[in-house]
Amino acid sequence: MMANSTTSSDAARLVTPTMLVLWLVLATVPLWITRIGLYPYLGIEILIWSLYALAFNLVLGTAGLPSFGHGAYFGIGAYAFGLCQFDIVANLWVCLAAAAVVAGIAGALVALFISHRRGIYYAFMTIAFGQIFWTLAIKSHSVTGGEDGLLKISRLPADFGLVSFDLTDNVAFYYFVLAVFAVGTAILWRLVHSPYGRVVAAIRQSEVRAAHLGYNVWLYKASVFTLSAALSGFSGGLFAMAQLAAFPDVMSLHQSGYVVMMTLVGGGLVSFWGPVIGVFLFLTARDVIGALTNAWMLYFGLLFMAIVLFRPEGIAGALSAAVQQHSINALRRRGTSAMRLLVGGGR
Amino acid sequence: MSMIEAAGVHVRFGDRVVLESVDLAVGEGEFHGVMGPNGAGKTTFFNVLTGRVKPSRGSIRLGGEDVTGLSPHRIAAKGIARSFQIMTLFDEFSARDNVMMGLPAFRARGLDIARAAAGDRRLTDQATETLSGVGLADKGDIRAKDLSYGDRRALEIAVALAQAPRVLCLDEPTSGLGSDGVQRLAALVARLKGKLTIVAIEHDMEFLFSLADRISVIHWGQVVARGTPHELQQNEWVRRSNLGKFA
Ligand SMILES: Nc1ncnc2c1ncn2[C@@H]1O[C@H](COP(=O)(O)OP(=O)(O)OP(=O)(O)O)[C@@H](O)[C@H]1O
Ligand SMILES: [Mg+2]
Repeated sequence: MMANSTTSSDAARLVTPTMLVLWLVLATVPLWITRIGLYPYLGIEILIWSLYALAFNLVLGTAGLPSFGHGAYFGIGAYAFGLCQFDIVANLWVCLAAAAVVAGIAGALVALFISHRRGIYYAFMTIAFGQIFWTLAIKSHSVTGGEDGLLKISRLPADFGLVSFDLTDNVAFYYFVLAVFAVGTAILWRLVHSPYGRVVAAIRQSEVRAAHLGYNVWLYKASVFTLSAALSGFSGGLFAMAQLAAFPDVMSLHQSGYVVMMTLVGGGLVSFWGPVIGVFLFLTARDVIGALTNAWMLYFGLLFMAIVLFRPEGIAGALSAAVQQHSINALRRRGTSAMRLLVGGGR
Repeated sequence: MSMIEAAGVHVRFGDRVVLESVDLAVGEGEFHGVMGPNGAGKTTFFNVLTGRVKPSRGSIRLGGEDVTGLSPHRIAAKGIARSFQIMTLFDEFSARDNVMMGLPAFRARGLDIARAAAGDRRLTDQATETLSGVGLADKGDIRAKDLSYGDRRALEIAVALAQAPRVLCLDEPTSGLGSDGVQRLAALVARLKGKLTIVAIEHDMEFLFSLADRISVIHWGQVVARGTPHELQQNEWVRRSNLGKFA
């Protein structure tokens, strides 16, 4: 799926033309965003959630594993970032690393229990573990601040030894997050197109075949989940900086559902960039439609349903289909993958 | 010494015994046919050979080494490859990428996250060569799911061959093929014959009797007859059950 929407020369690149154009366009955002009635903070949110959704899509899109409790790792990363700066050391790099490591450990623990499964059982278990982490976050009042959240997290300066950048201003922080996003997308692109990424994609298509070709399916499934959790946690660390706090609500089942919706709407099952498209649509819809009506989620929900029903390959898939002028039939066949994920097909 | 040897293999699912006690020894370079009625347990026996099903009794030896109960990926790495009765390909991948996944050199790099998978000439060439071997030389770029049924059957075998296996297990390779397809496959298998140890489950008697060195008939969970195609045609059990009627 993913291989088809990219040419093989792109797959071998570290930085692709699409990537460059995207980074450049994103770099201009602070110059005009206030003129269209929006604000730099929305840009920050979009970038952070995009990184999170791309990390999530390693599991959903690349590995074909339905994880519906991924908010847990995003949230754990946010708490880890805050606690690190309060209790260990107020250094940006150390605390971002802590966010990734702690979420990665949580992910690895869960992966131990779920990686022999797929389909609906896998989904249930990710939900169950997600709920456990969410409950722990709410109940551990002394550590996490419970429902009130962990407040007074600060945007630590980005210290490069000789120079140090203050990130308290939203535009400065936007550019910092953009730099991280650029590095993150390059790394993820390479990961997805590495031998490891190809094996994971092969396992999505047939666990049985992959095992009989000599691949330790369990190991790949467990490691990709762990990597995804770590990167989600890293994004959560950035989110704690953005919000100046960490709250349990991102860990809830329904917010875990957001990242699934974003990824599917955008077309994460067929395109590397699908999750980014989905996040962009979701968060701008929240702000633009949300300014007009409180029921914006209703409209987004309808869009989600329409996509699942008529364009299961998501917006990226529809776009690439329009470009490549695929036959309607090819699309239909491809589209079933969203449903297959849930029922655990793919021998 | 046999290349692959099964002794007293017993498999039950719940309280249903599928294999009572199966013995099979296949010499190096031998083409060994397996036949038997539907539901006799032939595929289950392959699943035991390749690690998918753990037998409750009995043992499997590969080149003298005990491999009983090892997981599928371990057994594959030791050199047993298989094709599937129900085709099992990486449908979204190109034919070449399907074959690439089978190459031991690719498998050795499986945990590499830092390099790009595409663009390794050596691996691509190896995959292309394997594809030519099964007559798919010019179809490497086509997605597996867009190939014709016959080409998919051929790809199924190419992926197994890419593993450079010591033993190749084919589960009903002619199933669903028309007579042209069967001939093409017979020609392919005839070329492999002698170079590779092959165990093939097959319902197509003409195919099996013309190619196999020896044939085992599995029924009621055990081998009820075994011999060269010629011997089997004389066998009382085979005659009675009409399996040898075409001869
Ligand atoms: N995992 C399993 N659990 C329970 N029963 C099984 C399982 N696998 C196979 N069986 C049963 O074992 C019996 C033998 O099946 P098997 O697929 O080995 O037969 P076969 O000889 O390959 O038949 P065919 O010629 O139709 O391919 C069948 O009755 C089947 O239903
Ligand atoms: Mg069978």
